[in-house]
Amino acid sequence: MLFHRLVQTAVRRGIGVPTYRTFCSQLSQFDSAQQLQKAKASKPKDVLSPRQENDRPSTTYDFTTHLEIVDPTKDPVIPAYRVMDTNGTLLRGSERDLLLDEKSIVKMYHTMGEVAALDHILMQAQRHGRVSFHMQNAGEEALQVGSAAALEPQDHIFSQYRELGVFLWRGFDMQQVAHQCLSNAEDLGKGKQMPMHFGCGKLNMYTISSPLTTQLPQAAGCAYALKRRNTDACVMCYFGDGAASEGDFHAAMNFASTLDCPVIFFCRNNGWAISTPVSEQYRGDGILSRAKGYGMKGLRVDGNDMFAVHEATREARKYAVNQSRPVLIEAMSYRRGHHSTSDDSTTYRLSEELDWWAHNDCPAKRVRLHLEKRDVWDSEMEAEMRTMHKKKVLKCLGTAEKTLKPNISELFTDVYAEMPERLKRQQNDLEEHLKKYGTEYNLSKYQS
Amino acid sequence: MEVSLLPRRQAIYRPWRKAALIAAALATVCVIAGAFSLGARTDLASARVSTPSRLAVRQGFAPLAQHSAFSRNMVEKATGKCQAPIFPGRMSVSAVAPELLSPPTKPDFSEPRFMWQALREAIDEEMERDPSVMIMGEDVGHYGGSYKVTTDLYKKFGDLRILDTPICENGFTGMAIGAAMTGLRPIVEGMNMGFLLLAFNQISNNCGMLHYTSGGQYKVPVVIRGPGGVGRQLGAEHSQRLESYFQAIPGVQLVAVSTPRNAKALLKAAIRSDNPIVFFEHVLLYNLKDEVGGPDEVQSLEHAEMVREGKDITILTYGRMRYTVMEAVKTLQAKGYDPEVIDLISLKPFDLHAIKKSIEKTHKAIIVEECMLTGGIGASLSSEIHERFFDLLDHQVVRLSSQDVPTAFALELEAATIVQPEQVIQAVEKVVGAK
Repeated sequence: MLFHRLVQTAVRRGIGVPTYRTFCSQLSQFDSAQQLQKAKASKPKDVLSPRQENDRPSTTYDFTTHLEIVDPTKDPVIPAYRVMDTNGTLLRGSERDLLLDEKSIVKMYHTMGEVAALDHILMQAQRHGRVSFHMQNAGEEALQVGSAAALEPQDHIFSQYRELGVFLWRGFDMQQVAHQCLSNAEDLGKGKQMPMHFGCGKLNMYTISSPLTTQLPQAAGCAYALKRRNTDACVMCYFGDGAASEGDFHAAMNFASTLDCPVIFFCRNNGWAISTPVSEQYRGDGILSRAKGYGMKGLRVDGNDMFAVHEATREARKYAVNQSRPVLIEAMSYRRGHHSTSDDSTTYRLSEELDWWAHNDCPAKRVRLHLEKRDVWDSEMEAEMRTMHKKKVLKCLGTAEKTLKPNISELFTDVYAEMPERLKRQQNDLEEHLKKYGTEYNLSKYQS
Repeated sequence: MEVSLLPRRQAIYRPWRKAALIAAALATVCVIAGAFSLGARTDLASARVSTPSRLAVRQGFAPLAQHSAFSRNMVEKATGKCQAPIFPGRMSVSAVAPELLSPPTKPDFSEPRFMWQALREAIDEEMERDPSVMIMGEDVGHYGGSYKVTTDLYKKFGDLRILDTPICENGFTGMAIGAAMTGLRPIVEGMNMGFLLLAFNQISNNCGMLHYTSGGQYKVPVVIRGPGGVGRQLGAEHSQRLESYFQAIPGVQLVAVSTPRNAKALLKAAIRSDNPIVFFEHVLLYNLKDEVGGPDEVQSLEHAEMVREGKDITILTYGRMRYTVMEAVKTLQAKGYDPEVIDLISLKPFDLHAIKKSIEKTHKAIIVEECMLTGGIGASLSSEIHERFFDLLDHQVVRLSSQDVPTAFALELEAATIVQPEQVIQAVEKVVGAK
């Protein structure tokens, strides 16, 4: 009886109970007529005039003599989609259902290892003064690599700043990461943006901008541009649970929905926004519950389950491209590191919490255990991989440190498409100044 | 005109007396505009600019190192040769000797149009010319825009290129930036410039910065346009001068238009530019009627416009204050003064070349602006003039600006907030001395 009620409520709300089939059908079919019929069938007895047939449910409503205050806390919490448990065992279906061959899974695991190695070493490097700033990705490798692997090269990606795995998977290699973090002359951004704020036009990955959530309306705009070109590309837009509180989140969701933009809004719900836990960030049921308000489809996924994230992104992408509609994915995960090197998370969270997540729900460990169960991986290969990655990162870091910084005159380039006169004047003034007083500055680090 | 000035959301009942007052004010503005345009033609005729170089003047400007490659290309295309720096509306100056000139012929688009029509034509022509141009904003589609600038364009280009958006300035400005980085050339229409304060984050942090922080990988060729300035009793929130706040943002260019002709030519140039441009129109100038240029006439975004040549004093102004100044000039002329009036057009960067040329002649300058005294365009311009041209000046630069108060609603209070022609006359008399 209770289960029937649960299903009824879930169906009425348009969100399926999480079986594989209903999940896919919910996403892939733009079939609100079916939902409408189901809603009609489950209508309470005291509803008066019949509803109009309309494919936009938000504009039609029945009248009722029953005063009922809609209480969202009565709705069941939306469950998260999971394919593999924390010990690497598949929960349903077979390995074939993953639609990933062993080689791909190993490659994805390698990328997760690269993220971990870069994270660890760059963090240490910052503490030793070799790098000025770093933002860790620990704990979110699965959702980064899993989602990136489901996208196509022609898709455009907007990121927040905790998507290193996405960049690495797309082809932004470790050396480029090191160059960017050291702001040297080989950096594509010419040393003008903070470390970990990558951007690569060739990979369709837009330069990261520090203010939160600004990338969301831009993603909607990019999707609009792609839609006009009639391509089979979509836009992927990453952001965090804290960023979803900004006004731009509302704007972007609303715009994408009203203007039918093919964009996947991917929320990395990692539990913390610097020191603000999610219990203080919002009152509703996570970020996913908001999609309903915008008439947008969405789903929740276990962000530490790489296969679930991969499958969810694949389905979402299909839907976004075929129907030209936005979709929201909320990936539940945990931020194992500090917010950045300017933060000390031990001041606001318990080490027990960190330990729990490290031992009980580690994304990399889950994939490794799965691979070991399939006899594709063992501890020797693990040690070998770690050593290889560590060596590679250190080598890249060393190369980047030896590379000179950009020429000082680059300070004035790229402000405009063409350098205007007053900037040229300022550039000349600076060059004159350096000719006279150059010895007071450490110019040897810069390209001349 | 008055009805279209009001934001659509307000429903204000106007007593007939006020309507008559406003109609009288409008008539005065039109008369000024008419007088000015006549005067301009006379000046041009007396300067004896030949047809080819006048077209060249309109179409593109000097290939000096400081001017953009775009301008350079336009000049070369127009004349088939490189030209020395030339000043819009007058013959070339500086090192190159003036060419022999013949009287001007009639421009292509000889029938006078309202400024809103001129802007509409600019958008229409550019959207036809380049399929990546589109316009987005509130009520730009079927409604035709709050100031009629996009009237019926949706019928020609469709609802996707003339995009109606929900009410969220930061949202659609961000969207335009994303679309621009992906290869489109969006025009963002703010219903009123003051609403763009809500878009400040996107304009400052992203529009102005993304080309820089990406190391040149991504460009943001947006045009953000809308009506600003003090209107006729629009209230404090709808009478803002955002050029004050935007001028410090690195990476954006600011342009202020004042006539139908320069509005059309500048908007075309702005759409073609690869930089983000904030394009300031004025609420009270939309019904100004004048001739406009043809589809190929673009005006440099970095050059000022000579309104009236003179030798006694340089008056620097822009936007609606141009008309306030020209009204004062009538009286000044009668009193025997000969002021030189320059319309800044480019608020960022300033056309210091033109300003220098003028101050070399007059040795005195005043700035007449609608921004407030504190932190306005005049404040920056005044400091630049003092720093660079100190030795050329016989008198400190006098700055006439609006009061540092929110603009009151009452008509008389509103009038007292902004600069009036009498103040201009007074300032000129003070700086130049008795005649």
